[in-house]
Amino acid sequence: MQLTRRQFVKGGVAAFTVTFAAPEFLSDLARAQGAHARNLVVLYLSGGNDALSMLIPYNDPSYYSRRPTIAVPAGQVLQIGSDSSHVSLGLHPRLTGLKQIFDQGRLALVQRTGYDNQSRSHFLGTDIWSTADPNNSQGLGWVGRYLDSLPSPVDPLIGWNTTSSLPHVLQAAHTGVPAIGNPSAYSFNSPNSGTEATAERASALRISSHVPVDRPELAFVYGTSRDALATLDRVADVAQYAPSTAYPNTAFGLALRAVAGAMAKGIGTKIFFVTTGGFDTHSAQNPNGTTGAYYGLMATLNDGLLAFYADLKNQGLLEDTLVVSFSEFGRRITENGSRGTDHGAASVMFVMGGRVSGGLYGTAPNLNADPNNPTLENSAGDVRFETDFRSVYAQIIDNWLGANSAAILGGNFRKAPLTFI
Amino acid sequence: MADEVATQMPHGATDRQIEHLLRRAGFGARPDELAYYAQMSISQAVDTLVNYTDVVDDVDSLIGQAGYVGTTTRGVFSPQSNISDSRQRWLFRMVHTDRPLQEKMTLFWHNHFATGYSKIAGSLGASEGARYLAAKPSEDPGQVRGQIEMLRASALGNFRDILLSIAKDTAMLVWLDGRTNTKLKPQENFAREVMELFTIGVGHYTEPDVYAGARVFTGWNLGRPGTALDGSLRYQFAYDAGQHETTAKTFSFAIYPDGNRTIPSRSAADGMQDGIDLITALAAHPNTGRYLAGKLWRFFVSEFRDPDPAFVDRIASVYQQNQYEMRPVIHEVLRSPQFWDPSSSWARYAWPVEFVVRALKEVGWNGFSVDSALAPLTNMGQTLFEPPNVAGWETGQSWFATGAMLARMNFASTLTANQKFNLARAVKNAGVSSNPDSMLSYFLDRIATAPLDSGVPAELASYLRATGPWSGADAQLQNKSAGLVHLLAGSPEYQFC
Repeated sequence: MQLTRRQFVKGGVAAFTVTFAAPEFLSDLARAQGAHARNLVVLYLSGGNDALSMLIPYNDPSYYSRRPTIAVPAGQVLQIGSDSSHVSLGLHPRLTGLKQIFDQGRLALVQRTGYDNQSRSHFLGTDIWSTADPNNSQGLGWVGRYLDSLPSPVDPLIGWNTTSSLPHVLQAAHTGVPAIGNPSAYSFNSPNSGTEATAERASALRISSHVPVDRPELAFVYGTSRDALATLDRVADVAQYAPSTAYPNTAFGLALRAVAGAMAKGIGTKIFFVTTGGFDTHSAQNPNGTTGAYYGLMATLNDGLLAFYADLKNQGLLEDTLVVSFSEFGRRITENGSRGTDHGAASVMFVMGGRVSGGLYGTAPNLNADPNNPTLENSAGDVRFETDFRSVYAQIIDNWLGANSAAILGGNFRKAPLTFI
Repeated sequence: MADEVATQMPHGATDRQIEHLLRRAGFGARPDELAYYAQMSISQAVDTLVNYTDVVDDVDSLIGQAGYVGTTTRGVFSPQSNISDSRQRWLFRMVHTDRPLQEKMTLFWHNHFATGYSKIAGSLGASEGARYLAAKPSEDPGQVRGQIEMLRASALGNFRDILLSIAKDTAMLVWLDGRTNTKLKPQENFAREVMELFTIGVGHYTEPDVYAGARVFTGWNLGRPGTALDGSLRYQFAYDAGQHETTAKTFSFAIYPDGNRTIPSRSAADGMQDGIDLITALAAHPNTGRYLAGKLWRFFVSEFRDPDPAFVDRIASVYQQNQYEMRPVIHEVLRSPQFWDPSSSWARYAWPVEFVVRALKEVGWNGFSVDSALAPLTNMGQTLFEPPNVAGWETGQSWFATGAMLARMNFASTLTANQKFNLARAVKNAGVSSNPDSMLSYFLDRIATAPLDSGVPAELASYLRATGPWSGADAQLQNKSAGLVHLLAGSPEYQFC
């Protein structure tokens, strides 16, 4: 099917109504936008990840004196060498898969990421990391702004959100991202069957093609409805995906399985959002016991990512994929009375993928509780940021997505020593 | 002042105005509710909704009876210890209560003091989790009043009292870790959220206020009194003087009416007063009434417009004048000219539970079980007793991701498939079965939507004619009425309230 862009805009609705979702036509569109170009997976660790339990400065005596019950013993950590300030670091003992990926040079850890005067609020903090704007955290998400910068018409499946509601990071002015938790439940049902059901579905499609005038809120819901119906067939294809490796039966594992399926089926999606939660470890954080809370968080994270990495490698998709993590804040250095940690400041981000230059970026904090310790803040209570989180985003926008980070982030945050892509 | 406001309210209610009122102050109207309130003036209807204690609260006794929406149980119906049954009971109440505003405010508070079952159950066990969230004293051997029952009992109560009850609430003490807030290691979780989310909002407190607040609530822990073996053993709030940090605590805002910002050093035995002083100060803080007014605006009045400053001023002042009593506050909200302004009509994105309950009320419930709504509600993004975090649900446009929209359409499909015999019978009884256009008019009146986009009624009419000539036979009426109501309840216009 050959259509000019103008014909698409005028005739797009009609095209949908003829064959429901017109999958062939849409995959033409998807290919035009680079179906096999680079995929970005944004991973949100919800609740405020305790960086000091994930990437451990196991030779720092203050780490042990300030965390008498929740420190990971030096003998347990998975040693990964030293950073440029000669601090020895180790991964949490449960991150054996990430250690393998690190050893293959495909995992970059960026230490002490954050921003000045960092918010300790979950909600404000998440908004700031999502918008990449500490001064206007109610704006659009940084990935949403990237999507808005793509030439229109944008494929309604350009993004895939594996959670039930739209995360702030994907909020865009005029690009909808479908929420597809479980591809096999993503369907349009009817109270009837046979020709009645077919007629009803055709009617739903025709109705959803309306664009209400002067009623932006209603038009928004219409857009959602339209995108849902237009993406059904391709998502159904993903539901048939047979992965090359077994994924853990966690929500996180299943979400990554769907992401790999969407990539392997080549449906044109470029941006994915996945999350795993439970990082708000105010009490009984316990990173050591196999049934401990933080130990479990690391198990979920490690096993999901390792399966995903192996699957993509088998499918030949690793080179096309980049995963970047964020969390709203790191946690207080000194443990609290509940054997947990309260809200803190800077944290660690990681970037994983087939074209990543792995290793340790940035320097570890010195945890000595001296109020003048420059690597700490808040009377040496919290870790102070060294790398602005927007510098990590900038590297991804410029060198992975091929867009202009200064335009999308509203400023130049490029930082020369960050060379992970 | 009240009269001045009253003159701006519409006189002589129309059905459309009553429906607007009941969608906001309740969950839409059952036919009997519409008939009842339609006899009243707007002013009377508002008074009746607000003064709900005059109405007998017997809705729970109707569960399991014929003529009401069903529940599905695996064994004995146990809303006090099985969270799935707790959810069903609450949905049942939303459909059949004659005190709709009480349930609506309970939902408002549930979202405001958002507490998640999973963490409680993870700490104390599944049945204990349901117990501390949803048990009624009358059905619990230890007379536990779960959080939602507390909120329901004080749905239009005094905000300071509600705050104090929440600070001592067992589920909250687990949820925000107050139970482990101790002298040597103060725990900031509750102290932060009580300021950020429950009262004054971001920008009105400082980080040192959070640390001072954590010290204030040291010793506000949980004890487990009660005799064993008879099931009366229960966790409940206990002030542990030995765990209270007794030094003075200074804040960036006034704690006492004279402007003093410091809670004085007290003996450990008297230290529980610190928390009461802070809660009183937060209830009285000038921004608390304004913060609540903004949330009430978005809940009751409009999500399409920012809060009208005149409304916020007015509601905050009623809040202060009435010493934090919510009944006069909500009365004022429902009588406000902004509430009745035509631009507020259909200017709310319906929450999933609002959508589901209104669909049940308008499409029908006989033969349907609210159990069949639980999984769809999760797919729509709203599991009762499981808000995503302490800030509550992301509302407004955030409800409308594609998967959630499909879940709404598919719930409408499940419900209409279940109700197709009832719908077809209603069409015949109404005498509108002889041609598709009269059937369409009938359902457009019965299934209330925001004004349909132009052309949509014609699309619906052509759907009714799509599969062959109109016979009016039972099978056709069943298929077409179910299909039509599915399209209507799954339409974008139906997703507003």
